[in-house]
Amino acid sequence: MNNIFVYCEVENGIVADVSLELLTKGRKLADQLNCQLEALVIGSNLKGVESQLFPYGVDRVNIADDARLEPYTTSPHTSITVKLFQEEKPQIALLGATSIGRDLGPRVSSALHSGLTADCTSLEIGGHEDKKEGKIYENLLYQIRPAFGGNIVATIINPDCRPQMATVREGVMKKEIVSETFKGEVRELNVNDYVSEADFAVSVIERHMEASKVNIKNSSIIVAGGYGVGSRENFALLTQLAEVIGGEVGASRAAVDAGYADHDRQIGQTGVTVRPKLYIACGISGQVQHTAGMQESSMIISINTDPQAPINQIADYVINGDIAEIVPKMIKYYKKNSK
Amino acid sequence: MNGLKIVVLAKQVPDTRNVGKDAMKADGTVNRAALPAIFNPEDLNALEQALRLKDQYPGTTITLLTMGPGRAAEIIRESMFRGADGGYLLTDRAFAGSDTLATSYALACAIKSIGEFDLLICGRQAIDGDTAQVGPQVAEKLGIPQITYAEAILSANNGSIKVKRRLERGVEVAEGKLPLLITVNGSAPDCRPRNAKLTMKYKRATSISERQNNSEDYITLYNGRPYLNIPELNLKDIQANDAEVGLSGSPTKVKKIENVVFQVKESKILSTSDEDIEGLMVEMISNHTIG
Repeated sequence: MNNIFVYCEVENGIVADVSLELLTKGRKLADQLNCQLEALVIGSNLKGVESQLFPYGVDRVNIADDARLEPYTTSPHTSITVKLFQEEKPQIALLGATSIGRDLGPRVSSALHSGLTADCTSLEIGGHEDKKEGKIYENLLYQIRPAFGGNIVATIINPDCRPQMATVREGVMKKEIVSETFKGEVRELNVNDYVSEADFAVSVIERHMEASKVNIKNSSIIVAGGYGVGSRENFALLTQLAEVIGGEVGASRAAVDAGYADHDRQIGQTGVTVRPKLYIACGISGQVQHTAGMQESSMIISINTDPQAPINQIADYVINGDIAEIVPKMIKYYKKNSK
Repeated sequence: MNGLKIVVLAKQVPDTRNVGKDAMKADGTVNRAALPAIFNPEDLNALEQALRLKDQYPGTTITLLTMGPGRAAEIIRESMFRGADGGYLLTDRAFAGSDTLATSYALACAIKSIGEFDLLICGRQAIDGDTAQVGPQVAEKLGIPQITYAEAILSANNGSIKVKRRLERGVEVAEGKLPLLITVNGSAPDCRPRNAKLTMKYKRATSISERQNNSEDYITLYNGRPYLNIPELNLKDIQANDAEVGLSGSPTKVKKIENVVFQVKESKILSTSDEDIEGLMVEMISNHTIG
């Protein structure tokens, strides 16, 4: 009762990184709230899955293992999660802001009438005073996220409804092992107590999964372009620079919307979060939705025609000028000076 | 087979992609009046999927449902110009301040009051919130299955539907029994443009509140052509519970809103001169940032 639950995604027996990141955050929150951390794993062939989870400090792993539960479909995963939450009454439930978490989270919140905040960039514990009602709340989950096109940062709370639910994108939280020898408890759920035949009305008849083609998340150098790049031709210059200096190309949402780059290169709140050694921001104004996904880069260079671009304030180097002029010079002088 | 009864859920949103300097008020709140209101982009992708089913299965009807202020009737009209048969505007002061859950409750009540349907289609998410929650929350309230992130509806025969889904790392074809809800991704085909004939036919389609200041002639016009009326639904019409909509029906509360403040770093300003750029590259190489 009153614990923190993390819905863990598993594909072919491997727990997703985003779930391990949430467990790491969940452990810290559980210590602060003096409650237990529980994982919920729903899938097929899950024998031994707990060994991947215990090192993150999970007190109990709840497992629903049934051939019909993988690949993921909405209804059976919803039924299991909803029923388990009705029994266990968690105070907080966290999900990855993935294709699965964003499909499942709203169903669960709708069934339980609990609040859900999507794409949080930070989770904290704090109090709240409702002056109108004269009520004081302690130990609420602050769900912090940029909103309204990134012009504001909102702190959302769910004072009265439980669980307090939030989704977080992959890479936003850090993944850290608590102890290799940590051991919790395992609870096998009897799946037929939680699902009915009607839950299998939708089936997956074909599937082509592919490993992500681009790997900007693990690249130590990123050359990213925004709407200010202006054209696909100019965007090709960024690709050249990235190739020469050994980096990957990233993009802001505006650049993806404009068709300059594919969605899998999008950096920011609704894309990937990155922490490279070097981030070269070309024609990116720097709305908080973008900077939320790159502000922890060790070194930031901003190339922009607008000297007032907000991103310049977090940049280590600012070059005021045109990409078409500057980027070729960078390529030229890198080649000249590297051995 | 007979045509399908389709309800498309759509939203009129402020165009957050083109936020200008006057979009924020001095107190840090959003100045909605300064932002153009547009048809939420992924809801247009959703409308196109519905129109394709209508092309394919004669007898199909498309009803648009939107919740919002009076001006949101614009997107119903826009949908009729492109081939929708009509729509309902769900509007009531009681809905103000609704979060995604309270919104989905109101929409679910409205759908029940509109009548039977085979298929609900909506965009994956709206650009003013990017939550992707309302579609699935409506489906849960109605107790129907869902297929999210649709890129194409492959077939809808004999009460079953096949949908190609776009996921983070691949594609999937899912099959389900009607009725169900589908959310459509931005990677699905764009919506067709307005049809000239339909635009002529529906250009005077209005809701009651839009007509308030009009003359007698108009009343005769609408009596003769009932299809020009865009019906409005309020809290009572959909038999919704007052406590479950608006602020009181919203489990999530906004505790704090901050204008975006950047941590100011000491940044070095460089020119575009060859010396400055060469100096930068040499420094990056020598401190092993690059290479």
